[in-house]
Amino acid sequence: MGHTIVEKILARAAGRDAVSPGDIVEARVDLALANDVTAPIGIAEFEKAGFTKVFDPTKIALVPDHFTPNKDIKAAAQAKLIREFAKRHGIKNYWEVGRVGIEHVLLPEQGLVAPGDVVIGADSHTCTYGALAAFSTGVGSTDFAAAMAWGRVWLRVPDTIRFVYHGRPSRYVGGKDLMLHTIGLIGVDGALYQAMEFTGPAIKRMSVDGRFTMCNMAIEAGAKCGLVGYDETTAAYLQGRPAGSRGRDGGVELNSDPDAEFIREIDIDASAIEPTVAMPHLPSNTAPAASLTDVRIDQVVIGSCTNGRLEDLHQAAELLRGRTVHPDVRLIILPGTQQVCLDAAADGTMQALIEAGGAFSTPTCGPCLGGHMGVLAEGERSVSTTNRNFVGRMGHPGSEVYLASPYVAAASAIAGHIATPDMIGASGARSGSNAGGRS
Amino acid sequence: MIFEGAAHAYGRDVDTDVIIPARYLNSSDPAELGAHCMEDIDADFVARVRPGDIIVAAENFGCGSSREHAPVAIRAAGVSCVVAASFARIFYRNAINTGLPIVVCPAAAHEARTGDTLRVDVVAGVVANLTQGTSHQADAFPEFMQELIAQGGLLPYVKARLAAEGAA
Repeated sequence: MGHTIVEKILARAAGRDAVSPGDIVEARVDLALANDVTAPIGIAEFEKAGFTKVFDPTKIALVPDHFTPNKDIKAAAQAKLIREFAKRHGIKNYWEVGRVGIEHVLLPEQGLVAPGDVVIGADSHTCTYGALAAFSTGVGSTDFAAAMAWGRVWLRVPDTIRFVYHGRPSRYVGGKDLMLHTIGLIGVDGALYQAMEFTGPAIKRMSVDGRFTMCNMAIEAGAKCGLVGYDETTAAYLQGRPAGSRGRDGGVELNSDPDAEFIREIDIDASAIEPTVAMPHLPSNTAPAASLTDVRIDQVVIGSCTNGRLEDLHQAAELLRGRTVHPDVRLIILPGTQQVCLDAAADGTMQALIEAGGAFSTPTCGPCLGGHMGVLAEGERSVSTTNRNFVGRMGHPGSEVYLASPYVAAASAIAGHIATPDMIGASGARSGSNAGGRS
Repeated sequence: MIFEGAAHAYGRDVDTDVIIPARYLNSSDPAELGAHCMEDIDADFVARVRPGDIIVAAENFGCGSSREHAPVAIRAAGVSCVVAASFARIFYRNAINTGLPIVVCPAAAHEARTGDTLRVDVVAGVVANLTQGTSHQADAFPEFMQELIAQGGLLPYVKARLAAEGAA
C-alpha cells in the first residue's frame, strides 16, 4: 500500500517506517513559529512551566507582524516582550520592523522552509507552506511553547482528501478563485482534521505564489494542512531562495504514491470556475463576482499572507495601471515583505498602484484581522484579498468583508462595486511584462 | 470532573474572532480577555454568564484563528466547559493543552436550549439535560489525549517526558 505526502513526511519525522491515518505520532519539528499576538502567551507558558532553554535557537522563528509597526502601547509591550525573549535565547529568526514581513510570506522567502519539513506555527495560516510539499499546520501558543522546549509535537496523522483540478482556468481566474470555489463546495468544516492535497493539470501549471494562496486557505475548510506535491515548479522556486540561517541542503522530493489511499477524491473542472467571491460571513458563502455587481464598497485591501506576493501585486497593477480608484473607495496595498516591496518598486508595480490612487502600506497583518491600518466602521464594506470574512473580522461587527482575488479586488476598486476585470474594460490578452510572476 | 450549570446555546461555525475579537489581542491578560468573551456574537454574554455555566454549540466550534486567547477568555468568563457537536481542530488542541474541559456530543449539543440546566460528567462523557430530562453519551477522547488531560495539560506532560529522558 502506498502513502500520501503527509504520511511520508510524518513517518520520517517520527522515525517510523510508515504511519497510517489515525496514528498519534511525536514528530520532530524543523521550524516552530509565533507572532506578536500568539508568542506572548507561549513565552509566558514556557516560563511558567519552568523551562529555561529552547531546544534549538535556529529552529524557532518569532515574527512581529500582526500589530506592527506598534499600533498602541499594549501592542508595543507585546512586541518588546518577544524581542527580549529572542535576544535572551539567541533566536536567529527574528526580524525588526524594516526587515520583518508577514510571517507566511517571509519565512519561505528567507529559505526557512523546505520540502519534507514539519513546521508548526502559532498562527492558523501556517498551513501555507504545504505549497512547498512541507507538512505545516497551525497550533496554539501552548503547543508552540512545548515545541520550543521539546523540539517535538504530537500529531494525529490525518486522512487526505485529494482535489484534482482539470482544465485550464480562464484568463482572470487564479489560485484564490479555485480555493474559494473549493471551500464553497465542501464547506468551512468540509476537511476538518484532514489534509487537502491539490493536484491535477491546473495545479501543475500554477505558480508557487498561486499554490501558497491555495494552501494558505486550507484552514478555511477546517483542514489540518494543504499540500502540493514536489515538482519542477517547486524546484525552481527553491533554487531562487537563500539557503536560510539553518544552512540546510535542500530537502527531499515528495509526492503521494499512485496507490496511496485517499479518504475522498474530488474532481473539479477549473475551466468552468468564474472569478469567485466569498460573501459575509463565511469563506464558504461563495458566488460568482459577476452576480454581485450591486454590492457597493468603501474599501479594498490587496495583500496579506494569502495574496501579498509579487504575482498578486502584478495582477492588481495590470488592471490599475492607467486607471483610477473610484472616488468613494479607499485602496490599501499590503505587500507581504520588504523584498516584495522592493521588487514592486523596481518593476514599476508600486508606482502604478500609487498613481491609480492606492495607499502602499508597510508589511503587516493589520486590517485583515481588524487590528490597524484599515479598520472598518459600522455599515462599511470591504473587498479584500485576505482569508476570513467572519462577523467583525475587519472592524465593527456591523461591517462586511467580501473575499476575492487580486484581479477582482482591483476591478472592484476601480468600479466602486464588486466587479470582474471584464467589466472595467480589461483586454484579456495574455501578455505584458507582468503576466508571469516570480516563478 | 462534573459540572452543572446553565446552557448558553449557539449555532454552528462559532469562530474565534467572535469568541474574542482581535481588537482585544493586544493583551493576553485573562481577566481582560474574559471581559470581552463572545462579544461579537452575543453582546450581553459577559453580563449574563454565571460561574460554572456551560457553552453549547453545534458543529465546528472555535473555527478560524489559532488564538489561544479564545479558550483563555472562555475560562476567565467563568464558563466551566464547552459541549459541541464538533470542534475546529486548533481550538480542540488548545482546549486539551490548556485544560479547558470540552465534550463532543452532537445529540446533546443540538438539543440544548439557552437556559437549560446541564450536568456534564467529563470523565464518563455523559451530558445530562436536567431541564429536558435527557441524557447522552459523548464521544470518548483518544487514549493519548486522556493521558494529556490526566497530566494537567501539554506542558506538564512535556516536562515529565523531558525529565524521564534526562534521567534515562
